[in-house]
Amino acid sequence: METVSNLPHILAMGAEKYIELGHPLDTGTFMLSVSGHVKKPGNYELPHGITWRDLIFDVAGGIPNDRELKAIIPGGASSPWFVPQIHLDHQITKDMCAEAGSMLGSGAVIVMDDTTCMVRAAERIVRFFAHESCGQCTPCREGTTWMEMILRRIEEGQGRAIDLDLLLDVSDNISVGLDWPPKMTTICPLGPSAVSPVLALRDYFRDEVQEHVQRGGCWFPGARVMPQIKSGGRPPDPRSLVVAGAETSGRSSDSADGEVDRGKGFKA
Amino acid sequence: MTAPAAEQVTVTIDGVAHQVPAGSLLIEAAQDNGTYIPRFCWHERMNPVGMCRMCLVEVQGPRGPMLVTACTNNVADGMVVDTRNDTVKKAQEGVLEFLLANHPLDCPVCDKGGECPLQDQAFSHGPGESRFVEIKRNYEKPIAISDLVLLDRERCILCARCTRFADEISGDPLIEFKSRANVTEVNTFPDLPFSSYFSGNTIQLCPVGALTAAQYRFRARPWDLQMVESSGLHDTAHPRLSVQVSQNEILRLVGVDNDATNHGWLSDKERFGFQYLGSEERLTTPLVRIDGELVETTWADALDRVAERIGLIRDADGGGTFAVIGGAHGTNEDAYALSKFARVVLGTNNIDARLDDALASHFLAATADRALISDVDTADTIVIWGPDLKEEHPTLYLRVRRAAQELGVRLVVVHPRATGLDDRAAIKLRYRPGGGFELLDEIADGKHSEVRQALSAARVVALVGQASFADGPKLAESVAAYVRNKAGSARILPLARRGNIFGALDMGLAPDLLPGRVADEEGGRTALATSWGDMPAERGKDTRSMLEGLDSAEIRFLLLVGADPVRDVPDPRQATLALESAEYVVSIDLFLNDSNRDADVIFPAAGFAEKEGTVTNLEGRVQKVNSIAPVPGQARPDWEILDDLAERAGYPIGLSNGEAIAKEISEVAPAYAGISWDLLEWEARDGAVVPLSGAQPLSHIPVALKGDKAPSAPLILHVARTLYDDGVMMRHSQSLHPLAPGAVAHLNPDDARKAGAQEGHLVKVVTKHGEGEFSAVSDEGTPPGVVYVPFNQPGAGSLGTEAVVRVTAVGK
Repeated sequence: METVSNLPHILAMGAEKYIELGHPLDTGTFMLSVSGHVKKPGNYELPHGITWRDLIFDVAGGIPNDRELKAIIPGGASSPWFVPQIHLDHQITKDMCAEAGSMLGSGAVIVMDDTTCMVRAAERIVRFFAHESCGQCTPCREGTTWMEMILRRIEEGQGRAIDLDLLLDVSDNISVGLDWPPKMTTICPLGPSAVSPVLALRDYFRDEVQEHVQRGGCWFPGARVMPQIKSGGRPPDPRSLVVAGAETSGRSSDSADGEVDRGKGFKA
Repeated sequence: MTAPAAEQVTVTIDGVAHQVPAGSLLIEAAQDNGTYIPRFCWHERMNPVGMCRMCLVEVQGPRGPMLVTACTNNVADGMVVDTRNDTVKKAQEGVLEFLLANHPLDCPVCDKGGECPLQDQAFSHGPGESRFVEIKRNYEKPIAISDLVLLDRERCILCARCTRFADEISGDPLIEFKSRANVTEVNTFPDLPFSSYFSGNTIQLCPVGALTAAQYRFRARPWDLQMVESSGLHDTAHPRLSVQVSQNEILRLVGVDNDATNHGWLSDKERFGFQYLGSEERLTTPLVRIDGELVETTWADALDRVAERIGLIRDADGGGTFAVIGGAHGTNEDAYALSKFARVVLGTNNIDARLDDALASHFLAATADRALISDVDTADTIVIWGPDLKEEHPTLYLRVRRAAQELGVRLVVVHPRATGLDDRAAIKLRYRPGGGFELLDEIADGKHSEVRQALSAARVVALVGQASFADGPKLAESVAAYVRNKAGSARILPLARRGNIFGALDMGLAPDLLPGRVADEEGGRTALATSWGDMPAERGKDTRSMLEGLDSAEIRFLLLVGADPVRDVPDPRQATLALESAEYVVSIDLFLNDSNRDADVIFPAAGFAEKEGTVTNLEGRVQKVNSIAPVPGQARPDWEILDDLAERAGYPIGLSNGEAIAKEISEVAPAYAGISWDLLEWEARDGAVVPLSGAQPLSHIPVALKGDKAPSAPLILHVARTLYDDGVMMRHSQSLHPLAPGAVAHLNPDDARKAGAQEGHLVKVVTKHGEGEFSAVSDEGTPPGVVYVPFNQPGAGSLGTEAVVRVTAVGK
């Protein structure tokens, strides 16, 4: 649709003028939805070639409360993440995103500051894909929920040192080679989409993951379970889907106060 | 009608080049060339879906190697496939680890253990260990999704084989995936159980123990079972199956795949309808009536009594005073023995395996241009004018459904009310029961032009039979005659029910037939006399005439072989009177029933899977049936009883064992030349269609006959059979008998309203010949002016054959 919406402008201003906008390899303008830790979230029409720095600190007004930029999701929940250390001065074009191992995708940019727990953010996105999975193919149906459960364990203090590597191998069985665009064992790219946050944990936030394991939980603001002395393995709360007759209690999405309903009778 | 040879392409699999048919599926081409690619959701007889991902293989593509599912990809010339490299192995181990993540550790208590594709492939292609330490999915388990099938959702690997079978193959989409993602489950719709006639097939094709049979659950381990291949005899198509036994008891039947008949599928009647064999009520000793009571006795005593009576009656009144009814439920060897017994020992041609509800014997046994079941696959048009295939011919039902759905064959269905194939029919014609000849005349005169056009196609297969008791036996042949006239090339399948009726007719169990499709006339008799000796020349009576003869005492001796006329003929009043007045009745049967319970002598017979022999299906295909279960008590095969009786009566027929009888049949019955047990066990594993030479002595050209018009009345009775009823075998099969519809009368909602009949409440249905109370069913599928009453149901009164009917609500 975005492509089609450019047509009146191209016709009105003429192709040559249109090409002058943007980047030589990615002409014209494009739409971005910027959300997250920015002072001015919203939808912006921008010329291709603008840098991430200019987008976040100029166009979107910078990060509130003087916090530091920690991570950027460039193109929707499926896209592998960017970090300021590497990508801040990259130009935003389709090709540059692809070369950097991600994608411009839907242009949905999510900005995360240093109050954000990376494990929790990853779990949130993996949980989304696990919930959206159609259920037809084995790797996505089983694998994405498995990944969600591992991440939740890490976040809530039952993580193990091997869990990140396990997460990566499970991911590899969904998205072979852990690449983007993915080489799939699945029917569609939804399963591999769930892998993208995990790649960020591997590439940029491994220490944060291991610290969750060592501390026995999350220390970022809003942690559901306080860190405790590692007791050597309290079993995770049952993700109980006990079904009576033909009913399924199912796993509903987050309720308003952030609690996750994990079945009848069991609360976090 | 054979397909042209397929073009071949070259595919390299694991470094070896193979020639495979163009357009075939990679997984199938590999399998046919010795490379097994593991799989769960793919099934040879269903369309692939590529869901389980177990069959991933690496194929060289334009952008390098890629993982693709072998089941959804066709072979291409020059394809290079790797099924065993590290990438593929990791993918396979990954898929198995995913499947086993939530799979319960039920193997020790799971029916499927030992014959489980998940077990087998976890062992052959799996990682050896699971790293899943989370909590597995839980469901209440098992839940009954029907009276016959239990579902364990924890074990289910969501391969969709069962849902696809139910929808695609059987046309009963009563199970489906519910919800999504990790909480997807197979389930039924609210208040709608999985009451499909074919539900048992989902148990067989489920690759894990998610679907189990209530009848078989926990009864055996596959390695305990002895098994033997055989043919099912509830369905006259004779689907191939395996009879599986442990400790001398039949525990289950399993479909065997073959191209000729059933593609491995079985109706639930075929699959579970063996329970009667193990019933406590099986006859185990000969019984004779002494002082009005049936008393157990020895074989020698019982046989001698009957032999003596035969001698007395034959000497006094000759052969015409004997009658033989039945013989459709045994093997060909049994039928041959009975045929020979009637002519040689009793000296009579009064013999009929049909029970007054079938088409003419020459048409059934020897129609010209007889079809094969596989002809439905290559036809342009299939016309069904006969019983609802779903109720009476389930194997054909599945084949025709597939032809219409997958192979683009045009289906024309003619029937008094809705049938199971209506949703696949291009043309549906309804007519008032008894009004078939009028409809045929209309079509011939130019009305219903789309039907004429469909029947004028190049290749037409006509499945013809009695759609309703009101139609009578002549209509089907007239339809066949019409189709043969109109079509470019026609193939005819005359339909009849009752086990091995076609084998029985081929052995001469009809008053006008001799063994081997020979007319019972001078020429045939002379030829047969060279081996059988003197042959009776008096014209034989059919079942109805025999019953009349018994009533009038013209017939003094009745031999009933596996027959229950009192319950099974359309007009049971006559049968009841006949059996009450009969002077002497001898029965060979598995059970006491309404017809033989007043008999003078009853011999206990061996049943299905208790004896070895051959049977012939509605295509004329002879197949071998095998024995694996012991007979109860002192029961014996029919042929053995008859041979013993013949000898004692002084007219030996010399039938010493089953295989020797088969040999004699091949020598004496022209259409069966060349048929031997050896042939059927080795070269002809799918059976052999007779005559092997293609030429048979009697070839009956279907003739357009004249019939009656339908009576005009506000309500006409339509009586037809359902899959489950109160027949003797069903009565003693505890899983299936409760599923019979019972005493019900279907009325169009308008007619129901007029009669004041409410759904589920009683109505009184009255004809000139009988009456009864039935539970009303308001049925859109029954046209106005028609009352549909399923035949021979538990608790149902008999209505006779009179078509005019009155229905009134019973005050309640």
